Amino acid sequence: MMPSPTDTTQRSATISVLVDNESGVLARVIGLFAGRGYNIDSLTVAPVDAGGLHSRINIVTSGTSMVIEQIKAQLDRLVPVHRVADLTMDGPHVARELALVKVIGFGEQRVEALRIADTFRARVVDTTLGSFVFELTGNTDKIDAFIELMRDLGLAEVSRSGIAALARGSSVI
Amino acid sequence: MSADMTQSGAEILLRALKDQGVEVIFGYPGGAVLPIYDALFQQNAIRHILVRHEQAAVHAAEGYARSTGKVGVVLVTSGPGATNAVTGLLDALMDSIPLVCLTGQVPTHLIGNDAFQEADTTGITRPATKHNYLVKRGEDLARVVHEAFYVARSGRPGPVVIDLPKDIVINKAPYAEPAVQHSSYRPRTEPDMGQIAKAIVLMKQAKRPVIYAGGGVINAGPEAAEALTKLARLTGFPITHTLMGLGAFPASDPQFLGMLGMHGTYEANLAMHGCDMMLAIGARFDDRVTGRLNAFSQGSKKIHIDIDGSSINKNVPVDVPIVADAGKALNALLAAWQASDEPTDKPALASWWRQIDEWKGKDSLKFTQDMKRGGIIKPQYAIQRLFEITRARGKDTFITTEVGQHQMWAAQHFHFDKPNRWMTSGGLGTMGYGLPAAMGVQIAHPDACVVDIAGEASILMNIQEMGTLAQYRLPVKVFILNNQYMGMVRQWQELLHGSRYSETYSSALPDFVKLADSFHATGMRAQSVDQLDDVINAMLDCPTAVIADIAVDQAENCFPMIPSGAAHNEMLLGPEHESSGVGITDAGMALV
Repeated sequence: MMPSPTDTTQRSATISVLVDNESGVLARVIGLFAGRGYNIDSLTVAPVDAGGLHSRINIVTSGTSMVIEQIKAQLDRLVPVHRVADLTMDGPHVARELALVKVIGFGEQRVEALRIADTFRARVVDTTLGSFVFELTGNTDKIDAFIELMRDLGLAEVSRSGIAALARGSSVI
Repeated sequence: MSADMTQSGAEILLRALKDQGVEVIFGYPGGAVLPIYDALFQQNAIRHILVRHEQAAVHAAEGYARSTGKVGVVLVTSGPGATNAVTGLLDALMDSIPLVCLTGQVPTHLIGNDAFQEADTTGITRPATKHNYLVKRGEDLARVVHEAFYVARSGRPGPVVIDLPKDIVINKAPYAEPAVQHSSYRPRTEPDMGQIAKAIVLMKQAKRPVIYAGGGVINAGPEAAEALTKLARLTGFPITHTLMGLGAFPASDPQFLGMLGMHGTYEANLAMHGCDMMLAIGARFDDRVTGRLNAFSQGSKKIHIDIDGSSINKNVPVDVPIVADAGKALNALLAAWQASDEPTDKPALASWWRQIDEWKGKDSLKFTQDMKRGGIIKPQYAIQRLFEITRARGKDTFITTEVGQHQMWAAQHFHFDKPNRWMTSGGLGTMGYGLPAAMGVQIAHPDACVVDIAGEASILMNIQEMGTLAQYRLPVKVFILNNQYMGMVRQWQELLHGSRYSETYSSALPDFVKLADSFHATGMRAQSVDQLDDVINAMLDCPTAVIADIAVDQAENCFPMIPSGAAHNEMLLGPEHESSGVGITDAGMALV
């Protein structure tokens, strides 16, 4: 389908890129986004095969449909890129990220933090008498919601992995 | 891979270059590449041309590549050698010129230590190359060299850098034969036949067609230019070229509308604006071509053939995208057109041609030369005479240019009937390109007539290469249209900035005749129109390099002009015409 330049609607896209696991490949991808003024909302990268020959980069970006088509085409022409898939357009997909959330608090606040963590199925991975580190997996909205709730309960520090994503069903990129 | 480990990395490098068919390297030595220069010294298969600045080495390799279709090769040292090459690399990237640039690097154990003449070359050149490599292990060296050549010349061609740490070229390394396999990089060259069929339907139905062809046709080789010519003649469609495409279709053919775009002809731009079917081949709809995007050829169905998928739907959405090599796609179109018994709308095409001929009648490149003795030379006239005299002489002629007004006048008034004869810096617009590019062309074509059409400002940006011309006895002719201004900037200042000529007057110019003399070349000068032909003839007769300093009208502007932010039908015509076109909008002022 032909993207229309007059369509200014911004959409979010989760793009997975299979690349050679070589030095500089991440810099090429990030440099492409920076140099051409594309957004990066989330980015993850790690080797994904047994030999460590290939890495998968997952990028969440946003733009008009014409810009997103352009991002995919630009990624596709990088020499160490094997495949580019727009998981958002290609069909249903699952996207998850992991967050570690440190909350410092005492008394009723601490109890409440633990109670909410339980509701969100967050695990306590570290604790002292005055602090928790929660581990939470889920989609971005769920993690945002949890962090928002922790704000009044002593939220001290957050570390998030960024999105990992796969297409649903049997299709692979 | 051979287990033979008797050769140094430098020897392996040269062996790989030889196996890639390399005959010439343009370069400049330095500490990090000493072992490579030592290996070069001990062989005769590859010729090295010593330039006077690394930027010039890259432009020379571009001229060599563009005029031969081969990959140009550059060798420079680490640090400043590599950074000086960056402008040339980006120039080659934007104009899709196949190059391999070998850069020296500090030894691997010193990388990252801010060593003497260290630069993060792969980091700096990443956005200026199609791809780059840092060779960290000797066993990768030969494979990387072969791969670099494959990447440079295949798909959409471009420059590739290989960064070579000094220990890698000193230590022994194994050799590997060239291999064409690449695990991830496999550019698509064959067109999708379904898309070809769709294109043929649009072409057959067209009432007001136009072919818009660019540098991709030149890059696809002479066969592509031939297929384009056949297709245009078979269909009877009008055809226009981008700056980079000139020469793919013969300019002397009546179907040719001239160049399109910012300084294109009236008929080419109005045909683009008014067409109902546009066949774009190896062209990328850049801003110099389209003018204001939301007014660009609104009523046309568009077919776009490009080997680079990212060029399609980037600026202008198209109806039939075809990712393929221009030559293969053109041949497929030719075959499909001939096989189709679908009728064409001949009366509509005839009436479209009548409209185009009316536009042609406007003679938008018209200028008036005062032919009286002592008359001031119009720059257009100087180029017209250069064209006519070189054509009459019948020698194969190659033209390079610098960047500015003279470049546009050359594109308008020098006519090319063959591809690979026109070398200019299109995308990047690099002043100082023309002289070193001409050097590279003359190396590749020692017996040809090679002329750099220059401006007096641009030529000074790489004037040191006159030394290279002298050393290798290259009879390049530098034809300077000297108006004592950075003319194109001056023109914009006149049209857009109230004639406030801020810093565009070329003060304290050298005496170009004496300058030629000091570089062992021949200098000559034309002050008025009666001297012009004699100077051109003397220049072309001269066995040495020449600088011909042609004093031209300082006030002349380059027309037609589509001002930034204007549409194709809002063209400014020159003082020869009554219509003055439209004013420039504030939004247009902000564009380049």
